[in-house]
Amino acid sequence: MAVSADADFKTRLQNWIPKLVLSPSLAMMLVFVYGFILFSVYLSFTDSRILPSFGWVGWENYDKLWRLSHWETSLINMGIFAGLYIVICTCIGLGLAIFLDQKIRGEGLLRPIYLYPMALSFIVTGTAWKWFLDPGIGLENVMHSWGWESFEFDWIKNRDYAIYTVVLAAVWQTSGFVMAMFLAGLRGIDNEILRAAQMDGASNWNLYRRIIIPQLRPAFLSAFVILSHLAIKTFDLVIALTGGGPGRATELPATFMYSYTFTRNQMGIGAASATIMLMTIAAIMIPYLYAELREKR
Amino acid sequence: MRKLLKTKSVIVAGLLCTSSLAQAEEVEVLHWWTSGGEAAALNVLKDDLSGQGVGWTDMPVAGGGGEQAMTVLRARVTAGNAPTAVQGLGFDIQDWAAQGALADLNDVAAKEGWDNVVPDALKAFAKHDGKWVSAPVNVHSTNWVWANKAVLDANGIAQPASWDEFVAAVEALKAAGITPIAHGGQAWQDATIFDAVAMSTLGPDGYKAAFVDLDEGTLGGDAMKEAFDRMAFIRDNVDENFSGRDWNLATAMVINGEAGFQMMGDWAKGEFLNADKVPGEDFLCFRFPGTADQVTFNADQFMMFDQGGSVSAEQAALASAILSPAFQSAFNVVKGSVPARTDVSDADFDACGKQGMKDLAAAAASGNLFGSMAHGHAAPASVKNAVYDVVTAHFNGEYDSETAVVELVDAVSIAK
Amino acid sequence: MAQATQDTAIRTGRITRTLIYLVLLLFSLFYLLPLYVMLANSLKPLEEITGGGMMNLPQVFTVEPWIKAWSSAQIGVEPTGLRPYFWNSIKMVVPAVIVSTVLGALNGYVLTKWRFKYDTILFGLMLFACFIPFQIVLIPMARMLGLMGLAGTTWGLALVHVVYGIGFTTLYFRNYYAVFPTELIRAAQIDGAGFFQIFWRILLPSSGPIAVVSIIWQFTNIWNDFLFGASFADANSQPMTVALNNLVQSSTGVKEYNVHFAGAILAALPTLLVYIVAGRYFVRGLMAGSVKG
Repeated sequence: MAVSADADFKTRLQNWIPKLVLSPSLAMMLVFVYGFILFSVYLSFTDSRILPSFGWVGWENYDKLWRLSHWETSLINMGIFAGLYIVICTCIGLGLAIFLDQKIRGEGLLRPIYLYPMALSFIVTGTAWKWFLDPGIGLENVMHSWGWESFEFDWIKNRDYAIYTVVLAAVWQTSGFVMAMFLAGLRGIDNEILRAAQMDGASNWNLYRRIIIPQLRPAFLSAFVILSHLAIKTFDLVIALTGGGPGRATELPATFMYSYTFTRNQMGIGAASATIMLMTIAAIMIPYLYAELREKR
Repeated sequence: MRKLLKTKSVIVAGLLCTSSLAQAEEVEVLHWWTSGGEAAALNVLKDDLSGQGVGWTDMPVAGGGGEQAMTVLRARVTAGNAPTAVQGLGFDIQDWAAQGALADLNDVAAKEGWDNVVPDALKAFAKHDGKWVSAPVNVHSTNWVWANKAVLDANGIAQPASWDEFVAAVEALKAAGITPIAHGGQAWQDATIFDAVAMSTLGPDGYKAAFVDLDEGTLGGDAMKEAFDRMAFIRDNVDENFSGRDWNLATAMVINGEAGFQMMGDWAKGEFLNADKVPGEDFLCFRFPGTADQVTFNADQFMMFDQGGSVSAEQAALASAILSPAFQSAFNVVKGSVPARTDVSDADFDACGKQGMKDLAAAAASGNLFGSMAHGHAAPASVKNAVYDVVTAHFNGEYDSETAVVELVDAVSIAK
Repeated sequence: MAQATQDTAIRTGRITRTLIYLVLLLFSLFYLLPLYVMLANSLKPLEEITGGGMMNLPQVFTVEPWIKAWSSAQIGVEPTGLRPYFWNSIKMVVPAVIVSTVLGALNGYVLTKWRFKYDTILFGLMLFACFIPFQIVLIPMARMLGLMGLAGTTWGLALVHVVYGIGFTTLYFRNYYAVFPTELIRAAQIDGAGFFQIFWRILLPSSGPIAVVSIIWQFTNIWNDFLFGASFADANSQPMTVALNNLVQSSTGVKEYNVHFAGAILAALPTLLVYIVAGRYFVRGLMAGSVKG
């Protein structure tokens, strides 16, 4: 009797422990993430300027927001930037990981070289990039001094191309980290399966396409989540590299939101832009996460 | 959350009670003066206070001409942990005062007679509802032109006094293969030039109507279009790599003789002095052509945050130290700006500094002293940035002058 | 069980290998370029930089900027250099990284091996939380910290970083544990091992590689964070990045680019160290036993 009651209690405790373990994280998340999101959505309907205030103004902030031409610019930029950045980083990351996985001599040296940009804060690397991309002192100038007079690379000064220099610098910073994630995934794949496939005469290309890359699915999910997170939050980079310029050509939603909330003292409009951003993210991420997580079952 | 933040006054009042727990005998100062000369100048103030037994807790947050510090300030106030004194500019001071967050400095001000020595244009920012709420440190003026004298002499150019002479000088430099105007293409720098240019086409009354009263007729008028046309001329005479350049690298171009002129505030002087150049001999400083009598200014001040009802002894000590003539002179000699009170001796200042003090006193007396639009002393931050958007878009070729004027009216109306 | 080797069993020809080496080298040049700009400029006097030779090697070689950035550059009113802020950062980063990694490991363990109804939705919520823009949490977070009495403290800062890091650490560990053979767990359960015993004895010993990824990620993000550090710290807890920013962003003063670059590299040294040390362990952990597949 006593033994079974004890065992019963133990089983029940065992059932509760997992949920108990999860609960602090959940509680923090509900308050500090979802609570704050609701608060910010609420602010977007108020007349908040320098500090939160609670005079209801309805849709006025949204109305003003859509009349601002550089809000549209920033949304378009976000599309260009996030799309290119995620695709390029994933390709470079995967490519380098596959190459590094070929019993490369000097891997121990190359890996930290690929990884180190993540370690540096963009407050200053931005300046280094800015100089490097500047046609007057950077690459173009060096090429000219080496005798290649017709070389032209002035994207950072060009309204239509400046956003691509932001992509370039962002790819530089994170593609190495993505490489490390894929490398970890590759190293985790059982060689037995590969050998068996090789016996069957599969080419290297097919081996990767059919067997290895599909097994990297979890790594793709992590990479996608991390890259989109970084893309959405890209802020320091733009500030340091272009300051949103030339003109307002490289403004992104994150810089837009920050400037309206904090430097322009129009917190209501800032909150409205944040709300729209979050809804856009939700519209893209939720279906993806849903599909990705469902299949796991 | 909502319950907690019911009304503005509740927040601010609640917050300030908690912050009154800050250590006695100490001031915590939030500021963004972190570069060598500025910080060294501020150290003068710190030493002055420690002589009076008041400690100094330093809270520097640099970035974007104080924007970063203002963000931090908001977080600090919301958390109920407001610093005792905070560097502030123009309308930010008035905004905080309107929130009821600032202390009343009238007793100190009356005792030391600030009302008689500080120009009215500055008082408009330092006082709220008849109460002194902040202590002005300096006055920067923004309608300066800096020129390399050797370059001008070599090309037979005299200091231009009118727009036409300026155009002729620019053309001459261009013909000689020298970059006529050194400029950094950042929104605030574009706007700094625009300040002076608009003053020259609109005149003082028009400037006030457009940027202080935000009168739509003036903002959309012909004189404004003329200002944009002049901006386009300036745009045509900067080098092709101007975009995104820091202002001090543009100054370096003038110092090195690669460029003839730069339009920039008086802080540019520090770069010249740092390169061992002598005002009047190696470089010239003069008001933007057509604005010889006017001064557009921005002034740094220290706001005193209410520590629970009355001004603390430390805050009073800090405020009076800031306004003391000795500090005003010592600080501004280093900073390149001029004192915020008009009765300070100019003995320690160089030629450009003396000129600046003279101009300021004259402009203040004749009603020609105006807050700088570009530096947030003519209209609130939202309007200032709306003007930035249009000016920088025009400067970078997105709009022609006609469109720019229409966009300006629209942008200001959204921001108002 | 076949011998688990470090690399895949793919065989490649000589030409392919040469090409691979070429590509790898080209990319390392790409990654090193900005570092070259920073290093070269941090070792020359300021006149050489403002004189226009930003891409050149130093003509006059000097370590003065490094010394200045570390110990005598003006950060606030006092010329302290970056030195005093180093310790502030360490005090904030270490607890935040440890706590968020441990919580992430536990969450990942629960979400994969102790599944319950709606656990996927909970995980989805956690993942989505990664996307919240930090700009919108500043003001409410400041208020919460004030209410908890943590405003302006290192602990408050660490808490903030834990809160916004958990989503990622959970993601890493969940994906890693997802492919860990559940049979091992069941077997241990039958043997009477409890929740924590299983975690401690079975999962943790093979979590090396993913723990390294999680630590690298968290360490880098927290060390390099500026927005939270600036907003939620007070004068005594300002982290390194805030000091670096103060060094670099002078509003209207002289910009000493050489000191800025030296400071930036100095500020990045701990993260660089973590990468080099952890990177090694990373491989070793993987060689010790591959669990996937």
